[in-house]
Amino acid sequence: MSAPAGLPPRPSAGAAAYAGGPAEVAAPQAGALRRHNGPVQSPMQFPSGYGLHPPNYSVLSGRYSQVPNKAVSPHLDNQYRASYHSTYYSAPAQNVMTPSVATNVLNTQESQQLYNKTSPQTAGSTEGLTQGAISSASYLHTSAQQSYSAFGNHYSTSVSSSVASQGFPLNSDHYTMPVVSSAMYPTVSYPSAAIDSVYGQVYTSQSLPDVGQFKQTNTFSSQSTAVPHSLQQHVPVGYNSTLPTVSSAQSVQDSLSRNLTGSLTKANNQISTGGIDSLQPVQSVSQKAQFTKPGVGTAASSAATSSMRTPAPGLSPEPRSTPSFTQSPESALQEETRSVTSSPVPAPSVPQPSKTSKPFGYGYPALQPGYQNATPPAPVQPSNPGHHPGFQHYQQQYPGVNQLSSSLGGLSLQHSQQPESLRPVNLTQDRNILPVSSLPAPVPNLNSDLRKLNCSPDSFRCTLTNVPQTQALLNKAKLPLGLLLHPFRDLTQLPVITSSTIVRCRSCRTYINPFVSFIDQRRWKCNLCYRVNDVPEEFMYNPLTRSYGEPHKRPEVQNSTVEFIASSDYMLRPPQPAVYLFVLDVSHNAVEAGYLTIVCQSLLENLDKLPGDSRTRIGFITFDSTVQFYNLQEGLSQPQMLIVSDIDDIFLPTPDSLLVNLHESKELIKDLLNALPNMFTNTRETHSALGPALQAAFKLMSPTGGRISVFQTQLPSLGAGLLHSREDPNQRSSTTVVQHLGPATDFYKKLALDCSGQQTAVDLFLLSSQYSDLASLACMSKYSAGCIYYYPSFHHIHNPAQAEKLQKDLKRYLTRKIGFEAVMRIRCTKGLSIHTFHGNFFVRSTDLLSLANINPDAGFAVQMSIEESLTDTSLVCFQTALLYTSSKGERRIRVHTLCLPVVNSLADVYAGADVQAVVCLLANMAVDRSVSSSLADARDALVNAVMDSLEAYMSTASNLQQSVLVAPNSLKLFPLYVLALLKQKAFRTGTSTRLDDRVYAMCQMKSQPLVHLMKMIHPNMYRIDKLIDESAIHVNDKVVPQPPIQKLSAEKLTREGAFLMDCGSIFYIWIGKNCNNNFIKDVLGYPNYASVPQKMTQLPEADALSSERTRSFISWLRDSRPLSPVLQVIKDENPAKTDFFQHLIEDRTEAAFSYYEFLLQIQQQICK
Amino acid sequence: MESVVFIFSLIDCCALIFLAVYFIITLSDLECDYINARSCCSKLNKWVVPELIGHAIVTVLMLISLHWFIFLLNLPVATWNIYRFIMVPSGNMGVFDPTEIHNRGQLKSHMKEAMIKLGFHLLCFFMYLYSMILALIND
Repeated sequence: MSAPAGLPPRPSAGAAAYAGGPAEVAAPQAGALRRHNGPVQSPMQFPSGYGLHPPNYSVLSGRYSQVPNKAVSPHLDNQYRASYHSTYYSAPAQNVMTPSVATNVLNTQESQQLYNKTSPQTAGSTEGLTQGAISSASYLHTSAQQSYSAFGNHYSTSVSSSVASQGFPLNSDHYTMPVVSSAMYPTVSYPSAAIDSVYGQVYTSQSLPDVGQFKQTNTFSSQSTAVPHSLQQHVPVGYNSTLPTVSSAQSVQDSLSRNLTGSLTKANNQISTGGIDSLQPVQSVSQKAQFTKPGVGTAASSAATSSMRTPAPGLSPEPRSTPSFTQSPESALQEETRSVTSSPVPAPSVPQPSKTSKPFGYGYPALQPGYQNATPPAPVQPSNPGHHPGFQHYQQQYPGVNQLSSSLGGLSLQHSQQPESLRPVNLTQDRNILPVSSLPAPVPNLNSDLRKLNCSPDSFRCTLTNVPQTQALLNKAKLPLGLLLHPFRDLTQLPVITSSTIVRCRSCRTYINPFVSFIDQRRWKCNLCYRVNDVPEEFMYNPLTRSYGEPHKRPEVQNSTVEFIASSDYMLRPPQPAVYLFVLDVSHNAVEAGYLTIVCQSLLENLDKLPGDSRTRIGFITFDSTVQFYNLQEGLSQPQMLIVSDIDDIFLPTPDSLLVNLHESKELIKDLLNALPNMFTNTRETHSALGPALQAAFKLMSPTGGRISVFQTQLPSLGAGLLHSREDPNQRSSTTVVQHLGPATDFYKKLALDCSGQQTAVDLFLLSSQYSDLASLACMSKYSAGCIYYYPSFHHIHNPAQAEKLQKDLKRYLTRKIGFEAVMRIRCTKGLSIHTFHGNFFVRSTDLLSLANINPDAGFAVQMSIEESLTDTSLVCFQTALLYTSSKGERRIRVHTLCLPVVNSLADVYAGADVQAVVCLLANMAVDRSVSSSLADARDALVNAVMDSLEAYMSTASNLQQSVLVAPNSLKLFPLYVLALLKQKAFRTGTSTRLDDRVYAMCQMKSQPLVHLMKMIHPNMYRIDKLIDESAIHVNDKVVPQPPIQKLSAEKLTREGAFLMDCGSIFYIWIGKNCNNNFIKDVLGYPNYASVPQKMTQLPEADALSSERTRSFISWLRDSRPLSPVLQVIKDENPAKTDFFQHLIEDRTEAAFSYYEFLLQIQQQICK
Repeated sequence: MESVVFIFSLIDCCALIFLAVYFIITLSDLECDYINARSCCSKLNKWVVPELIGHAIVTVLMLISLHWFIFLLNLPVATWNIYRFIMVPSGNMGVFDPTEIHNRGQLKSHMKEAMIKLGFHLLCFFMYLYSMILALIND
């Protein structure tokens, strides 16, 4: 192909990718034969299932090359050239066909590929030339073939297994039919473009050169003819409305039209799938009749395209004679899959597209044809019942198609010039790169139906929403590939499925999900390992619609996030009750800090809200230099304290009565909670025997499992697990070495693993004013799947902000959902493998995460590598299955499935990069690195990550000046976020950072879900003194103003303003010195700036409008997250000011670069 | 005298070969999910020190008996063993840590290491055997 101006060498890439294809082509027959005879599930099969895609790709490449200049204005020349190409295009198809029909059919996929490919390859060319010469008849032929091939796709995918012999007859039928079909559905090749089209290439190829000639010769030509004129005109209209209106509108840009068609084709693919879904027997025979009619027929078959084209004269009615009708179902199907180009608008017969149709992914389409084939080997007869479904299907489809196409069209339009995510951004010059509102997750480049079905990015995100095809490509992109999971997130809507059999793949144990393909009603193909499985009898019945025989409409297949109620097969033992054990530090230090009052108070308040059922059990242990147990057995008049002072060999004084039923002993528990805060007020005990207390707790919990909540206020100094201070305060601001990030002893790790083995999680609340070696203590939570809270310099009076935070955290902690004895497995499509896990858990075997407890605030991350190249698939899927026992004693499985496209060009990989996910994954990796190697290493690695990826991007875009730092739009925030990471407490150097603070920040990075982590890394800052209702949103009858997000730079802070910084767990409100007194009075409730107190953590409820707006905005921000953040009002002379200013990460500090300097540094290094 | 040295080395080498095979089997069990990471690591950690000592003894013996070539051949492996043992972070449960063995491809690298050692010990085995026979003949 010619003229790839400035564009990357797509075509060749495409060819390479489908290397398999050509080979097959060379010996089509052999391949075909093999197929037929071969076992049903021959490896080839799955490619074909996904086969729709590849052809598209290849087509793309062809087009691609043509793209360059045509973009805006359709030149005649261009068109001509294009047409030339197109001829080529069609020609190859013919070639394929010619040899023998049967083979073609068999090969279908390959043939298609060939077909598509031909353009780039010369192999086809000779034939192509001949074809050009070929008479109309040949054309017909070709078209027929095409239909064939399309069919073949389906066929091969779905059918091959079951119906070997059938293929032939069917084909022949088709063959005969093809003429008709071809006539009807002129366009062969176009469709395929769709996929890539998203990325905005303009395709000229579609417009056919000699219209006239074509017309005369063929109906086929009609399409082509139509193209030049109608295409352009049509595009806009047809798209939206599916309507025929083509006639009027004069030229829309070529490019547009092309994209449209491209998208259409894509749509087609989907549609066919969709059809399956919407199997409902909508249309009766009479409609079929219509079908045959020219208008209708085309519409149906080519629904997608149809909308775009004007009814070309060429599309003469004859081809659509009745005979075609009989076959039409299949041919139509094929065509559809392919992407029909031409069509007069079918409007009449087509009701407005009903939304009903939901395609199930590419694999799905295969279903139908396969289906049909499987049933009756006999050729298609109109009367044949077997075919019926197809028909109905068909008809239904086509409305759907139109709709789809329109939506897709919109999409492709957007992308027509260049995908927005690939737009180069000059980082050093573009100063305002921050989005106005928080950054949305990129949407995977899937067709709209898959997209609809896909898992919410809140629970499941991939760093690269376009997964590279090979590890080599991934390495080239220099971006990490991984997943960020938030599997147990609080969901408002979650389909819960109770069913006696949970349908899973028999070889890889994947749960059935929306992205599997149904080969026929009885079998489905796993989308992860490609094994064909049987659909169990129960699954045929759909409880939702109370209908039978529609396995693809079951909720499991309609939702990518579902929860199953598991049967006893999923239990190793009867589901455990909810068991909570509180281990409280009561040494002098603890009493002094005064946390006991808060904890006991919160517990008292939330005792009834603790998740659990009638079996819920609770217990308490306190410790200082000894360990105290509390006998709360029902029947006692008051709680009994049992002191064990033999901490070297700890034992349980009365094993039975320490963990008691919450409901039976509620009074005693309340007595104890009321008494506890005052019991130790005069203690002189300064030692802390945390280790023995934990051992006792473990012993207490091991029969059941459950949750241990440990409150600790100092360094453990007695018994097993005692620690020594390792922090050297002089090293806090060291720029070179930061030591002791890892644990000092393996005691806590071992304990955690023991606990994990007994299904017990340890949650740590560290409330200390001094160094407490969090690095060691954190191990007890890290490996037992607990969570860690840290309140530095906690004091109930002197530090009200921390006290309030503890209170709020506890409220959330005690009442949030909890899952016990959980395991999580992450599966991914064959070829991908997970090699590293991040988060709090124990990896029990290669892909099984053991989670003693799971809570809704836990996030996980995994890193993946591509072990086998993904050339034979166009989609990859990831599935997380979380098996847990709910607090009500139910065994449940929550399943999330994410589906992503595979791409083979570097540009696409960059276009799909999810910068937030990348940064979060990098943060996780950097934490690992700083523990296993050194902090300096980790920092270097972070900087290198930015540098390498930008450098790699810049080298792909050859037309960019090398001296300018450019990033794709999708990654424009990458340097900023990484700089933010470098300035995090976890990774910063040169600024005084206490070791515990640093370690805590690292723990958070490993265990927070992405949404929270991003807030922590890069807080959002808003100006709130001038909130206006413009662009406000309405939530529950409240007006919530939406101020724009400000850059995190002091330059944005004006003395006249007031700013809110949302750091996730804390809100800072910074008040400027000259802030409007009205604001201070209305919102803060004080007459002027000077009278605002130092420690203000609440906004008064005033009637003024500004106050109302501010409060509604803040409460809206609060509602969006589970942990209710603490508010802190900050004035200039406030000591907390530094906390606020350290978040202004774009500014220079004494130890770190400003954003601009950072960019310059990167630029220098890249250009070096 | 020389023959005694080599007979001893031969026996020691056999033990090391068995140990290497044991490592490989246990690791592959873990890979195939037959055993759990915790028990695998505790099994293997037990044998890290014996392996280290066993190899160090041969190395020293070769140095003492002035077999320079064999000594130099053994030295890197012995050094690596000791280095690996010393460099275990204080919080880890030994050279094989159950919490990390599934991360960052550690399992694979452990496996590779065990394989290389097995090859090395086999090589040594034949060398000792040859030397022993030579020594016996000379005697």
